Amino acid sequence: MKFRHALVLAGLAAVLLYAVGHLPGRGDPSAPAHRRTSPAGTPGAGTYYLEHALEDAATPNVVTVVLADYRSVDTLGETLVVFTGGIACLLILRRRS
Amino acid sequence: MRETSRSLVVVLAARGLAPVIQLFALYVVFHGHYSPGGGFQGGVLLAAAFVLVRLAGGYETGRHQITRRAGPLLGAAGVLLFAAVGAAAFLTGGNLLDHGRVPVPGFAPAELRSVMILVIEVGVAIAVAAVLTAIYDELLGSEDDD
Amino acid sequence: MTWPIELVLYVVLVLTALASLEVKNLLAASVTLTAFSFVCALLMLSVGAVDVAFTEAVVGAGLVGVFYIVAIFRTTRRSAD
Repeated sequence: MKFRHALVLAGLAAVLLYAVGHLPGRGDPSAPAHRRTSPAGTPGAGTYYLEHALEDAATPNVVTVVLADYRSVDTLGETLVVFTGGIACLLILRRRS
Repeated sequence: MRETSRSLVVVLAARGLAPVIQLFALYVVFHGHYSPGGGFQGGVLLAAAFVLVRLAGGYETGRHQITRRAGPLLGAAGVLLFAAVGAAAFLTGGNLLDHGRVPVPGFAPAELRSVMILVIEVGVAIAVAAVLTAIYDELLGSEDDD
Repeated sequence: MTWPIELVLYVVLVLTALASLEVKNLLAASVTLTAFSFVCALLMLSVGAVDVAFTEAVVGAGLVGVFYIVAIFRTTRRSAD
Protein backbone atom coordinates (compact mmCIF):
# COMPACT_ATOMS: atom_id res chain seq x y z
CA MET A 1 0.00 0.00 0.00
CA LYS A 2 2.80 2.36 0.92
CA PHE A 3 4.58 1.60 -2.36
CA ARG A 4 1.45 2.43 -4.37
CA HIS A 5 1.13 5.79 -2.62
CA ALA A 6 4.74 6.63 -3.45
CA LEU A 7 4.11 5.65 -7.07
CA VAL A 8 1.07 7.95 -7.33
CA LEU A 9 3.04 10.81 -5.75
CA ALA A 10 5.96 10.30 -8.13
CA GLY A 11 3.58 10.34 -11.12
CA LEU A 12 1.97 13.56 -9.89
CA ALA A 13 5.39 15.13 -9.39
CA ALA A 14 6.39 14.15 -12.94
CA VAL A 15 3.24 15.75 -14.40
CA LEU A 16 3.76 18.95 -12.37
CA LEU A 17 7.43 19.21 -13.31
CA TYR A 18 6.53 18.72 -17.00
CA ALA A 19 3.93 21.51 -16.73
CA VAL A 20 6.31 23.87 -14.92
CA GLY A 21 8.89 23.38 -17.66
CA HIS A 22 6.49 24.86 -20.21
CA LEU A 23 5.54 27.98 -18.25
CA PRO A 24 6.87 31.33 -19.52
CA GLY A 25 9.92 32.69 -17.74
CA ARG A 26 9.68 34.89 -14.69
CA GLY A 27 9.05 38.50 -15.74
CA ASP A 28 9.02 37.61 -19.44
CA PRO A 29 7.56 40.66 -21.26
CA SER A 30 6.21 38.51 -24.11
CA ALA A 31 4.24 36.21 -21.81
CA PRO A 32 0.48 36.22 -22.57
CA ALA A 33 -0.35 37.81 -19.20
CA HIS A 34 1.89 40.81 -19.85
CA ARG A 35 0.97 41.59 -23.45
CA ARG A 36 -1.19 44.53 -24.37
CA THR A 37 -3.67 42.29 -26.15
CA SER A 38 -4.63 38.80 -25.07
CA PRO A 39 -4.06 35.83 -27.43
CA ALA A 40 -7.73 36.08 -28.46
CA GLY A 41 -7.20 39.68 -29.66
CA THR A 42 -9.09 41.47 -26.89
CA PRO A 43 -7.33 44.22 -24.91
CA GLY A 44 -5.59 42.92 -21.80
CA ALA A 45 -6.62 44.14 -18.36
CA GLY A 46 -3.17 44.10 -16.73
CA THR A 47 -1.70 46.73 -19.04
CA TYR A 48 -4.66 49.04 -18.43
CA TYR A 49 -4.28 48.72 -14.66
CA LEU A 50 -0.56 49.44 -14.76
CA GLU A 51 -0.96 52.47 -16.98
CA HIS A 52 -4.06 54.09 -15.46
CA ALA A 53 -3.95 53.22 -11.72
CA LEU A 54 -2.18 56.41 -10.65
CA GLU A 55 -4.41 58.81 -12.55
CA ASP A 56 -7.62 56.92 -11.74
CA ALA A 57 -7.20 56.60 -7.99
CA ALA A 58 -4.24 58.85 -7.02
CA THR A 59 -2.56 55.88 -5.31
CA PRO A 60 0.95 54.74 -6.21
CA ASN A 61 0.52 51.10 -5.15
CA VAL A 62 -1.12 49.30 -8.07
CA VAL A 63 -1.88 46.21 -5.98
CA THR A 64 -3.95 48.26 -3.54
CA VAL A 65 -5.83 49.96 -6.36
CA VAL A 66 -6.65 46.63 -8.02
CA LEU A 67 -7.72 45.02 -4.75
CA ALA A 68 -9.78 47.88 -3.33
CA ASP A 69 -11.01 49.76 -6.40
CA TYR A 70 -11.03 47.87 -9.69
CA ARG A 71 -11.74 44.49 -8.10
CA SER A 72 -13.37 45.66 -4.88
CA VAL A 73 -16.40 43.37 -5.22
CA ASP A 74 -13.89 40.52 -4.95
CA THR A 75 -12.51 42.01 -1.73
CA LEU A 76 -16.03 42.47 -0.37
CA GLY A 77 -16.69 38.79 -1.02
CA GLU A 78 -13.42 37.86 0.67
CA THR A 79 -14.31 39.86 3.77
CA LEU A 80 -17.76 38.26 3.82
CA VAL A 81 -16.13 34.82 3.59
CA VAL A 82 -13.89 35.61 6.57
CA PHE A 83 -16.86 36.90 8.56
CA THR A 84 -19.04 33.91 7.66
CA GLY A 85 -16.25 31.52 8.60
CA GLY A 86 -15.89 33.21 11.98
CA ILE A 87 -19.64 33.09 12.63
CA ALA A 88 -19.79 29.40 11.63
CA CYS A 89 -16.83 28.69 13.93
CA LEU A 90 -18.61 30.45 16.80
CA LEU A 91 -21.86 28.56 16.19
CA ILE A 92 -20.15 25.16 16.04
CA LEU A 93 -17.87 25.69 19.02
CA ARG A 94 -20.56 27.17 21.27
CA ARG A 95 -22.79 24.13 20.93
CA ARG A 96 -20.07 21.91 22.47
CA SER A 97 -20.22 23.50 25.91
CA MET B 1 -5.37 29.22 29.96
CA ARG B 2 -4.80 28.17 33.60
CA GLU B 3 -3.34 30.37 36.29
CA THR B 4 -0.46 28.02 37.03
CA SER B 5 0.96 28.38 33.51
CA ARG B 6 1.81 32.10 33.85
CA SER B 7 5.51 32.57 33.36
CA LEU B 8 7.24 35.87 34.05
CA VAL B 9 9.28 35.61 30.85
CA VAL B 10 6.18 35.15 28.71
CA VAL B 11 4.34 38.02 30.39
CA LEU B 12 7.29 40.42 30.04
CA ALA B 13 7.94 39.44 26.42
CA ALA B 14 4.27 39.93 25.55
CA ARG B 15 4.22 43.26 27.37
CA GLY B 16 7.15 44.44 25.27
CA LEU B 17 6.10 42.96 21.95
CA ALA B 18 2.34 43.55 21.80
CA PRO B 19 2.44 47.38 21.48
CA VAL B 20 5.07 47.15 18.75
CA ILE B 21 2.97 44.63 16.82
CA GLN B 22 -0.12 46.80 17.17
CA LEU B 23 1.73 49.88 15.96
CA PHE B 24 3.15 47.95 13.01
CA ALA B 25 -0.36 46.69 12.21
CA LEU B 26 -1.67 50.26 12.06
CA TYR B 27 1.30 51.20 9.86
CA VAL B 28 0.54 48.33 7.51
CA VAL B 29 -3.12 49.34 7.24
CA PHE B 30 -2.58 53.07 6.74
CA HIS B 31 0.56 52.84 4.60
CA GLY B 32 -1.03 50.35 2.21
CA HIS B 33 -1.32 53.07 -0.44
CA TYR B 34 2.46 53.27 -0.78
CA SER B 35 3.93 49.94 0.33
CA PRO B 36 2.93 46.27 0.40
CA GLY B 37 0.20 45.62 2.88
CA GLY B 38 -3.39 46.57 3.34
CA GLY B 39 -6.48 45.75 5.29
CA PHE B 40 -6.22 41.97 5.48
CA GLN B 41 -2.57 41.82 6.51
CA GLY B 42 -2.94 44.65 9.01
CA GLY B 43 -6.04 43.07 10.50
CA VAL B 44 -4.31 39.73 10.94
CA LEU B 45 -1.35 41.47 12.60
CA LEU B 46 -3.73 43.28 14.96
CA ALA B 47 -5.41 39.96 15.78
CA ALA B 48 -1.96 38.45 16.39
CA ALA B 49 -1.24 41.20 18.94
CA PHE B 50 -4.59 40.60 20.68
CA VAL B 51 -4.00 36.85 20.73
CA LEU B 52 -0.47 37.37 22.12
CA VAL B 53 -1.86 39.39 25.03
CA ARG B 54 -4.52 36.74 25.62
CA LEU B 55 -1.92 33.95 25.53
CA ALA B 56 0.29 35.71 28.06
CA GLY B 57 -2.21 37.32 30.40
CA GLY B 58 -5.38 35.33 29.84
CA TYR B 59 -8.79 36.72 29.08
CA GLU B 60 -8.70 38.87 32.21
CA THR B 61 -6.00 41.03 30.63
CA GLY B 62 -7.14 40.68 27.04
CA ARG B 63 -10.68 41.86 27.64
CA HIS B 64 -9.40 45.38 28.20
CA GLN B 65 -8.47 45.42 24.50
CA ILE B 66 -11.47 43.66 22.97
CA THR B 67 -14.11 41.73 24.89
CA ARG B 68 -15.54 38.39 23.88
CA ARG B 69 -18.93 39.91 23.22
CA ALA B 70 -17.48 42.64 20.99
CA GLY B 71 -15.76 40.22 18.56
CA PRO B 72 -18.67 39.27 16.27
CA LEU B 73 -20.21 42.72 16.59
CA LEU B 74 -17.04 44.47 15.44
CA GLY B 75 -16.68 41.93 12.63
CA ALA B 76 -20.16 42.75 11.40
CA ALA B 77 -19.40 46.47 11.77
CA GLY B 78 -16.33 46.16 9.55
CA VAL B 79 -18.20 44.30 6.82
CA LEU B 80 -21.06 46.79 7.04
CA LEU B 81 -18.62 49.72 6.73
CA PHE B 82 -17.28 48.17 3.52
CA ALA B 83 -20.79 47.53 2.18
CA ALA B 84 -21.96 51.03 3.15
CA VAL B 85 -19.12 52.61 1.18
CA GLY B 86 -20.06 50.38 -1.73
CA ALA B 87 -23.74 51.29 -1.51
CA ALA B 88 -23.08 55.02 -1.05
CA ALA B 89 -22.33 55.29 -4.76
CA PHE B 90 -25.98 54.43 -5.45
CA LEU B 91 -27.01 57.84 -4.08
CA THR B 92 -25.56 59.66 -7.08
CA GLY B 93 -26.44 56.99 -9.61
CA GLY B 94 -23.14 55.12 -9.71
CA ASN B 95 -22.53 51.39 -9.73
CA LEU B 96 -21.75 49.27 -6.67
CA LEU B 97 -18.35 50.19 -5.18
CA ASP B 98 -17.80 52.96 -7.72
CA HIS B 99 -15.78 55.11 -5.31
CA GLY B 100 -15.59 58.16 -7.51
CA ARG B 101 -19.38 58.61 -7.19
CA VAL B 102 -19.60 58.58 -3.37
CA PRO B 103 -21.32 61.86 -2.38
CA VAL B 104 -18.58 63.57 -0.37
CA PRO B 105 -18.09 67.23 -1.38
CA GLY B 106 -14.71 68.82 -1.86
CA PHE B 107 -12.81 66.00 -3.54
CA ALA B 108 -11.83 65.36 -7.10
CA PRO B 109 -12.97 61.88 -8.22
CA ALA B 110 -9.44 60.44 -8.18
CA GLU B 111 -8.73 61.73 -4.66
CA LEU B 112 -12.13 60.50 -3.51
CA ARG B 113 -11.27 57.04 -4.76
CA SER B 114 -7.99 57.16 -2.84
CA VAL B 115 -9.76 58.16 0.39
CA MET B 116 -12.50 55.54 -0.05
CA ILE B 117 -9.83 52.86 -0.60
CA LEU B 118 -8.48 53.80 2.85
CA VAL B 119 -11.97 53.57 4.41
CA ILE B 120 -12.45 50.14 2.85
CA GLU B 121 -9.07 48.94 4.13
CA VAL B 122 -9.98 50.08 7.65
CA GLY B 123 -13.27 48.17 7.44
CA VAL B 124 -11.50 45.00 6.28
CA ALA B 125 -8.92 45.36 9.07
CA ILE B 126 -11.58 45.78 11.77
CA ALA B 127 -13.55 42.79 10.50
CA VAL B 128 -10.56 40.46 10.18
CA ALA B 129 -9.02 41.39 13.54
CA ALA B 130 -12.31 41.03 15.43
CA VAL B 131 -13.30 37.76 13.77
CA LEU B 132 -9.91 36.10 14.30
CA THR B 133 -9.84 37.17 17.96
CA ALA B 134 -13.38 35.81 18.39
CA ILE B 135 -12.33 32.49 16.84
CA TYR B 136 -9.43 32.28 19.29
CA ASP B 137 -11.74 33.00 22.23
CA GLU B 138 -14.26 30.36 21.19
CA LEU B 139 -11.54 27.84 20.43
CA LEU B 140 -10.14 28.20 23.93
CA GLY B 141 -13.59 27.74 25.42
CA SER B 142 -15.17 29.41 28.41
CA GLU B 143 -13.17 28.04 31.28
CA ASP B 144 -11.60 31.15 32.73
CA ASP B 145 -14.31 33.80 32.61
CA ASP B 146 -18.04 34.54 32.58
CA MET C 1 22.28 35.06 -9.00
CA THR C 2 19.90 33.79 -6.37
CA TRP C 3 19.22 30.29 -7.65
CA PRO C 4 21.31 28.43 -5.01
CA ILE C 5 19.29 30.12 -2.26
CA GLU C 6 16.05 29.21 -4.01
CA LEU C 7 17.21 25.62 -4.48
CA VAL C 8 17.92 25.35 -0.75
CA LEU C 9 14.51 26.87 -0.01
CA TYR C 10 12.73 24.38 -2.30
CA VAL C 11 14.51 21.45 -0.63
CA VAL C 12 13.62 22.76 2.84
CA LEU C 13 10.01 23.27 1.66
CA VAL C 14 9.65 19.63 0.64
CA LEU C 15 11.42 18.44 3.79
CA THR C 16 9.19 20.43 6.15
CA ALA C 17 6.06 19.29 4.32
CA LEU C 18 7.12 15.62 4.57
CA ALA C 19 8.07 16.07 8.23
CA SER C 20 4.71 17.59 9.13
CA LEU C 21 2.97 14.68 7.39
CA GLU C 22 5.04 11.93 8.93
CA VAL C 23 5.52 13.02 12.53
CA LYS C 24 3.12 11.49 15.06
CA ASN C 25 3.23 14.26 17.66
CA LEU C 26 0.63 16.81 16.58
CA LEU C 27 2.43 19.68 18.32
CA ALA C 28 5.59 18.97 16.32
CA ALA C 29 3.47 18.65 13.18
CA SER C 30 1.96 22.10 13.66
CA VAL C 31 5.40 23.61 14.29
CA THR C 32 6.81 22.07 11.10
CA LEU C 33 3.73 23.27 9.23
CA THR C 34 4.51 26.79 10.46
CA ALA C 35 8.06 26.39 9.20
CA PHE C 36 6.61 25.23 5.85
CA SER C 37 4.52 28.41 5.67
CA PHE C 38 7.54 30.57 6.42
CA VAL C 39 9.67 28.94 3.72
CA CYS C 40 6.71 29.28 1.35
CA ALA C 41 6.57 33.01 2.14
CA LEU C 42 10.30 33.35 1.44
CA LEU C 43 9.85 31.63 -1.94
CA MET C 44 6.95 33.94 -2.85
CA LEU C 45 9.19 36.86 -1.89
CA SER C 46 11.89 35.56 -4.21
CA VAL C 47 9.54 35.54 -7.21
CA GLY C 48 8.47 39.11 -6.49
CA ALA C 49 4.96 38.58 -5.06
CA VAL C 50 5.48 40.77 -2.02
CA ASP C 51 1.84 41.10 -0.98
CA VAL C 52 1.19 37.38 -1.19
CA ALA C 53 4.38 36.69 0.75
CA PHE C 54 3.31 39.16 3.43
CA THR C 55 -0.10 37.52 3.76
CA GLU C 56 1.41 34.05 3.86
CA ALA C 57 3.93 35.03 6.52
CA VAL C 58 1.36 36.76 8.70
CA VAL C 59 -1.43 34.20 8.38
CA GLY C 60 0.37 30.92 7.83
CA ALA C 61 3.39 31.44 10.05
CA GLY C 62 1.76 33.65 12.65
CA LEU C 63 -1.84 33.07 13.56
CA VAL C 64 -2.71 29.65 12.16
CA GLY C 65 0.06 28.06 14.23
CA VAL C 66 -1.48 29.56 17.37
CA PHE C 67 -4.91 28.25 16.36
CA TYR C 68 -3.53 24.74 15.74
CA ILE C 69 -1.77 24.72 19.10
CA VAL C 70 -4.90 25.88 20.92
CA ALA C 71 -6.96 23.20 19.17
CA ILE C 72 -4.40 20.56 20.19
CA PHE C 73 -4.47 21.93 23.73
CA ARG C 74 -8.24 21.44 23.77
CA THR C 75 -8.24 17.92 22.29
CA THR C 76 -5.46 15.35 22.13
CA ARG C 77 -1.79 15.47 21.39
CA ARG C 78 -1.21 12.23 19.47
CA SER C 79 -2.17 11.47 15.89
CA ALA C 80 -4.70 8.65 15.56
CA ASP C 81 -3.33 6.94 12.45
